[in-house]
Amino acid sequence: MADADQTDIGGEPELRFRDDQPHDEPAVTLDAFLVEQSNATAVRLEAGDDARALLPYLDRLALIEVSFPTYRDGRGYSSGRILREAGYKGELRAAGDVLVDQLPHMRRCGFDSFAPEAEIDAATLRRSLSRYDQVYQRAADTAVPVWKRRHG
Amino acid sequence: MKLLTGNDLPTGDVVWWTGSGWSRHLADAADVGANGEAVARAEEGARRVNGPYVIDATPSPEGPRPAHIKDRIRALGPTVRPDLTLKPADPDAGAWVI
Amino acid sequence: MYRYDEYDQGIVDARVDEFRDQVARRLSGQLTEDQFKPLRLMNGLYLQLHAYMLRVAVPYGTLDSRQMRMLGHIARKYDRGYGHFTTRQNIQYNWIKLLDAPDILAELATVEMHAIQTSGNCIRNISSDQFAGAAADEVTDPRPWAELIRQWSTFHPEFSYLPRKFKIAVIAADEDRAAMRLHDIGIQLVSRDGQVGARIFVGGGMGRTPMIAPEIRDFVPADDLMSYLEACLRVYNRYGRRDNIYKARIKILLHEIGADEYRRQVEEEFALVKQLGIDPPATELERISAMFAPPPFDANASAEVDRSDPDFAVWLDQNTRAHKQPGYAIVTISLKPVGGIPGDASADQIDVMADLAQRYSADELRVTHAQNIVLPHVRIADLAAVWQTLTEAGLAEANLDLISDIIACPGLDYCSLANARSIPVAQKIATRFASPERQRDLGELKLKISGCINACGHHHAGHIGILGVDRKGTENFQLLLGGSGAEDVSLGKITGPGFSEDGVVDAIERVTDRYLAVRTEGERFLDTYRRVGMEPFKEAIYG
Repeated sequence: MADADQTDIGGEPELRFRDDQPHDEPAVTLDAFLVEQSNATAVRLEAGDDARALLPYLDRLALIEVSFPTYRDGRGYSSGRILREAGYKGELRAAGDVLVDQLPHMRRCGFDSFAPEAEIDAATLRRSLSRYDQVYQRAADTAVPVWKRRHG
Repeated sequence: MKLLTGNDLPTGDVVWWTGSGWSRHLADAADVGANGEAVARAEEGARRVNGPYVIDATPSPEGPRPAHIKDRIRALGPTVRPDLTLKPADPDAGAWVI
Repeated sequence: MYRYDEYDQGIVDARVDEFRDQVARRLSGQLTEDQFKPLRLMNGLYLQLHAYMLRVAVPYGTLDSRQMRMLGHIARKYDRGYGHFTTRQNIQYNWIKLLDAPDILAELATVEMHAIQTSGNCIRNISSDQFAGAAADEVTDPRPWAELIRQWSTFHPEFSYLPRKFKIAVIAADEDRAAMRLHDIGIQLVSRDGQVGARIFVGGGMGRTPMIAPEIRDFVPADDLMSYLEACLRVYNRYGRRDNIYKARIKILLHEIGADEYRRQVEEEFALVKQLGIDPPATELERISAMFAPPPFDANASAEVDRSDPDFAVWLDQNTRAHKQPGYAIVTISLKPVGGIPGDASADQIDVMADLAQRYSADELRVTHAQNIVLPHVRIADLAAVWQTLTEAGLAEANLDLISDIIACPGLDYCSLANARSIPVAQKIATRFASPERQRDLGELKLKISGCINACGHHHAGHIGILGVDRKGTENFQLLLGGSGAEDVSLGKITGPGFSEDGVVDAIERVTDRYLAVRTEGERFLDTYRRVGMEPFKEAIYG
């Protein structure tokens, strides 16, 4: 999971873990996307929105932003995985109350960019993302679970 | 009277606001009047206390007596382990709680 | 027993480093208490009445002598010389300093222990049958399955911020010794056509809204279990209530949408999740199972026992159970001395139990949900020596499953959530019924006390339950009758108006007197209650 190269040493951390150009179009709400503007390429999901409503449109979306109204609201983790499991390849952004200690789990659930409300300390983030080099379960990232390492 | 209490951040010890600092002993607690919330915010911000809150108490010759049993137990220690309270030498200390 | 490999050890060591970092950030002010609280809770660290409290995980209640000694060492070095064994088969320390917590975790990690996910809105320690691997009635040892679930649930990236805490129990016998159907997910391993699989119950629990879990699926093969659990949790994570903490447990979701609708959603999710390749191969369960192979039993071990010491004979009858291996017995060490604190053990007693396990029980101990300790594999020929040592250590109370074998939460003496003190009530009841003959005459009687509605003391599941409440600033105790956490699971009913601390002890005596008056031959208290109902007891209590 660790990708420390993506993170600058000191100063503002880089919170985008993708090589493509950032997508500038403002995200529309799920309702607006489904009802009015189905040509939009960026959508914002609120914590309670059903991520599966977007599945028919994944190939034409470049950015999906998932809201975390508080770090305690974990619904967005499921939204992220559902989108990645369905094959979504575009940018998946966690926005809102995104804190450094939750960020590694978000990475594992498929999020590859972050828009935290409060600044994240670069050094803490670097430690946070590089700390665990083993994981117990398969998720939406490329980490190999330990049972796979044990048994091939 | 109103008292301000909380826990010491690094140790978790129960502490009482004395008017100028924090004490482990209820007898040192001072009436905070209407200032409790303001002191609590400032002291918590400075990390000199964790989870401070204001309680009601009544004055007595032996010192303030918190209105609620929970804070009396906090002030003394577990009633079922007199040896671990702040008054281990006083076998009847637990009676004060109830 | 399970042994860590380099991967398990690496993950636990990384956790120690992470928590050290988090504590340092809290002490330096980079983290507010609001931000730190869920982080420390997910590592079992609470702020309680008198200090921080650390809950250490004992996965499925199993530990060896080296681990047990470490628990004693921590009690001595970082606490005040004792620990408290809990209804989740864990141990809690009541006097921990935040400053010391990282060092304690580092010491625990040296013996393959941790405090991971012993609190917080995540999947908690997996509980199991304390007689696993020793009981004759199990279809298989449930612990390898529990270990598989432990690994799957540890730092699960999707399920670490659930609506509320989540408890899973795994058993493998028809006799339920783990209150399986009072868990968020209860799993009973069953055999079908020669294959072992999981029967799944979802949505049980105690707390303010007690529920018995309905069956959601009658059989999940081993190869599908993680996928199926992932589906169960995902439906809950997405649709469990987050607007009201008191309605956030999965039991409320099941109650609101119905078991059929929940089952339908899980099956739909399962069909998708099953394609993801998240299930470990069968070789992983085999790898783990090999570590739980039975110890080398002596096939010629004698079943003869000298019962000439009457005290020993009483303990033998009350606190030992039949083992699947002839010549062996399962010993339960009662942590319920009359007048003592249920579940507490001193560091010295912890050491004594560790020594006994090493010498007489294939180096194994178990923590039970009833807050006792089990030596699972003792030769019958060694029972007298074990009993002698326990007697010297004040651990030979012969009261297993009797009225003084009380489950009690820490209550208002320690817990910041409590409304009333539980321990003094337990002490008064045990003292009132101190006579061993009287207790044995009353027979199996499970008495459980909680100091608040959160029900850590399992009062809903007590044959007799007590719930402490706050009535206008004074402690008040409600009495419940007729609960059970066993295979005949049921929820207790409140008798009527509550009592003072002494009043509830009197009320219980009136209840047991009435039981003695109306029972028929061989009836336990619970059986009599179920036959005659609440009325005769109400009449006895309230006149």
